[in-house]
Amino acid sequence: MSAEPSVASSSTPATQHKKTTRGGTRHFTEGGPVKKDGIQQAKTEGKELTKEEKQRLRKEKKQQKKSKEKKDEKASQESEKEKKPVSSASPASQPPTQPITPKAPSAVPTLVPVPASETPAPADKPAKSKAEMKAERRARQEAERASKQGKKGEVGQQAAPGKPKAPPSELQPVVKRLPEHVQVDNPEVLKKLAKKLERQQIPLRSDYGYKVSLFSHLHQYSRKAPLTQQLSIPSTVIHPAIVRLGLQYSQGIVAGSNARSVALLHAFKQVIRDYTTPPNEELSRDLPNQFNFLNQCRPLSASMGNAIKYIKKEISNIPSQCKEEEAKSKLLNCIDRYIDEKINLAAKAIAKSSIEKISDGDVILVYGCSSLVNHILCEAFEKNRKFRVIVVDSRPRLEGREALRRLVQRGISCTYVLISAVSYILPEVSKVFLGAHALLANGYVMSRVGTSQIALVAKAFNVPVLVCCETYKFCERVQTDSFVSNELDDPDDLIVTRKGKTQLEHWQEVPSLGLLNLVYDVTPPDFVDLVITDLGMIPCTSVPVVLRVKNVDQ
Amino acid sequence: IKKDHLVEYFRAQMMKDPDMASAVAAIRTLLEFLKRDKGETILGLRESLTWATDCLTGVDSSVAVSSGGELFLRFISLTSLEHQDLSRCKKVMEERGELFLEKISMSRTKVAKLCHTFIKDGAKILTHSYSRVVLRVMEKAAAEKKRFSVYVTESQPDSAGRQMAEALRKLNVPVTVVLDAAVGYVLEKVDLVIVGAEGVVESGGIINKIGTYQMALCSKAHNKPFYVVAESFKFVRLYPLNQQDVPDKFKYKADTLKTVQNLSEEHPMIDYTPPSLITLLFTDLGVLTPSAVSDELIKLYL
Repeated sequence: MSAEPSVASSSTPATQHKKTTRGGTRHFTEGGPVKKDGIQQAKTEGKELTKEEKQRLRKEKKQQKKSKEKKDEKASQESEKEKKPVSSASPASQPPTQPITPKAPSAVPTLVPVPASETPAPADKPAKSKAEMKAERRARQEAERASKQGKKGEVGQQAAPGKPKAPPSELQPVVKRLPEHVQVDNPEVLKKLAKKLERQQIPLRSDYGYKVSLFSHLHQYSRKAPLTQQLSIPSTVIHPAIVRLGLQYSQGIVAGSNARSVALLHAFKQVIRDYTTPPNEELSRDLPNQFNFLNQCRPLSASMGNAIKYIKKEISNIPSQCKEEEAKSKLLNCIDRYIDEKINLAAKAIAKSSIEKISDGDVILVYGCSSLVNHILCEAFEKNRKFRVIVVDSRPRLEGREALRRLVQRGISCTYVLISAVSYILPEVSKVFLGAHALLANGYVMSRVGTSQIALVAKAFNVPVLVCCETYKFCERVQTDSFVSNELDDPDDLIVTRKGKTQLEHWQEVPSLGLLNLVYDVTPPDFVDLVITDLGMIPCTSVPVVLRVKNVDQ
Repeated sequence: IKKDHLVEYFRAQMMKDPDMASAVAAIRTLLEFLKRDKGETILGLRESLTWATDCLTGVDSSVAVSSGGELFLRFISLTSLEHQDLSRCKKVMEERGELFLEKISMSRTKVAKLCHTFIKDGAKILTHSYSRVVLRVMEKAAAEKKRFSVYVTESQPDSAGRQMAEALRKLNVPVTVVLDAAVGYVLEKVDLVIVGAEGVVESGGIINKIGTYQMALCSKAHNKPFYVVAESFKFVRLYPLNQQDVPDKFKYKADTLKTVQNLSEEHPMIDYTPPSLITLLFTDLGVLTPSAVSDELIKLYL
């Protein structure tokens, strides 16, 4: 194994990668991009490539590709389309390998259809030929893979992922690969992630405490060990605004899906402002690093995923001959407009529709603290509707207290109960207003844990349940239970001191005891009567229609 | 064109063809209004059409009239109105209006064609009050030489069920009139329930003569299929959460709304049946499940 990356001399990377002895588990079942193989070779000792070397590598690859390229491609979109399934496929099938920085690593949850990579416009021509080569190699390696199919046995090791736009030239089964953060109990995936993060100089956060077996596939972090304590993160790798944001997320200072998305967008505006494009590179190459870091601090939410997708799309839409200053200001404007349209104006539209549903004499039940629901209630109160509110709260977050504070400040008469009393007060209630973290493609509502319980009891009492959700939180994921994908919060939050005694203080010493602090749960559409969005009032089963209309628009 | 002329024309249309849906009469009136209108701008035209629809709703407060009017307006404006000459634009709109009218006159036939196959030979059907669409479906089924018998509820307070029974007897279909209170009693004998609708709402539920909700609940309890037949111009942009949420202007007859002071003493003429109780909806757009109605509405209105 050469100590120096001898990539310059790699004329047949396709054959070379097969010969390298790095790890017996290498399966190039998917044609990894040729670019990758060269770097693969270079990384045999796990050495870091300096930026110049990376750049040089890329240039080499581009030249090689150009010489093999014939076809014209129509738009950079298509090549990105090709790249998306390709690049996300490759990490899945090569456990010990690390995708290169430009390709978004598998850690970025593909639950939200984030494009796997956004190689910039200049890479168009090489990208297309890469796809061609990949197609050939795939056909070759398909046979290989079939024989080794049983060996893996992991769900994650599958063929090209089921992105909305499948590779056109392929007839392979389109199956989504599982994102890393729901495969925590799979040591292979963890090893892969660790190596990838190490290469990007992002610290890997370790799990804390005994995990309940049903949820052992999820991460469980402790708030007392924030990511930044472990290592100092050089600012060349992660922008300080992102570091600050990550800390705010992990410590719970910024909480709530709208708040997190807005904070993310503002932080990215800062990053864009401070970014200076190195020659022959673009902003999109560094983005995956930032997202990985944020993901380590706290898993990205569906709304954040959609926002990120939008940013990446806007970045890729900038023509390559655009001057840096102009491009930057354009991007900043796009982000501002996104926040304005999708969050602020949407809230106004939703409030306008909801006021029709609030009549005088209503008793409205709300759960936890949803910024949108609070906004609606305050607006309705301004318009002189006479109603009173029952705020239901639950441990350990006790977010209802914040909602209570905001509503009482406006002068709305409120009652405060804990969730254990919900079946007691429901006979008094005329409507239930719930916020949502995300709306899934099969009509399920993902929201704070406890929401589905409230919806269930409300249904039993025949009380209408209304969910208020902006369209940017609609996601193409499908989930029917709260187990497959969720978030585990710090288990120490469940420890409480009463009358000077802390019963669960030494819970770690009891081997059979696990503390479970779930963050989200899913509510089936049968329990939800109406969803109020900025597009109007729709039944819960019409979410895929909205997604379809949105896709057509884009 | 004055309000009185409008109302007169509308009433004349209704009397001319009692078999026609009131919404169709309303649309004919609106088309006539459009032809006679002397507006100068397209926006003015739209506004006057909306005003005309409101007038007609004042005469006949059924949901279908308001939904039909709105759909008419949307349909005729759904074309490129970029012509320089206003009269040419108006002509285009009039042509579209005639096309719309033609389409909806065919809608009952389309519905009947779709639905009659669900009536099997020897079936016992339960229906509610007097619905011309249901009548047309049964005509078609009888024409296909199917033997079936029908139970009709009396449907107080206007005994419209008896009118339905008369019409069915003319088709030589064996029919029995039952009390509204006897729905639960009769349901074990029937195979399926077919009702019409005055309006189909966004959630996929329907607004129909009072007593429909009860019938739907009983059929759900008995696990009998509950079918609704409705034309597509009855799709309306309402989303009631429960009975209380239906606007008052639809619940009572137009005359009642104008004359009576205290509405809480009046009995509502319609009720709302939620989508969970409905098995299928037969419309001229096809056979839909209640969740597909929202999809169709989005296509119609957006």
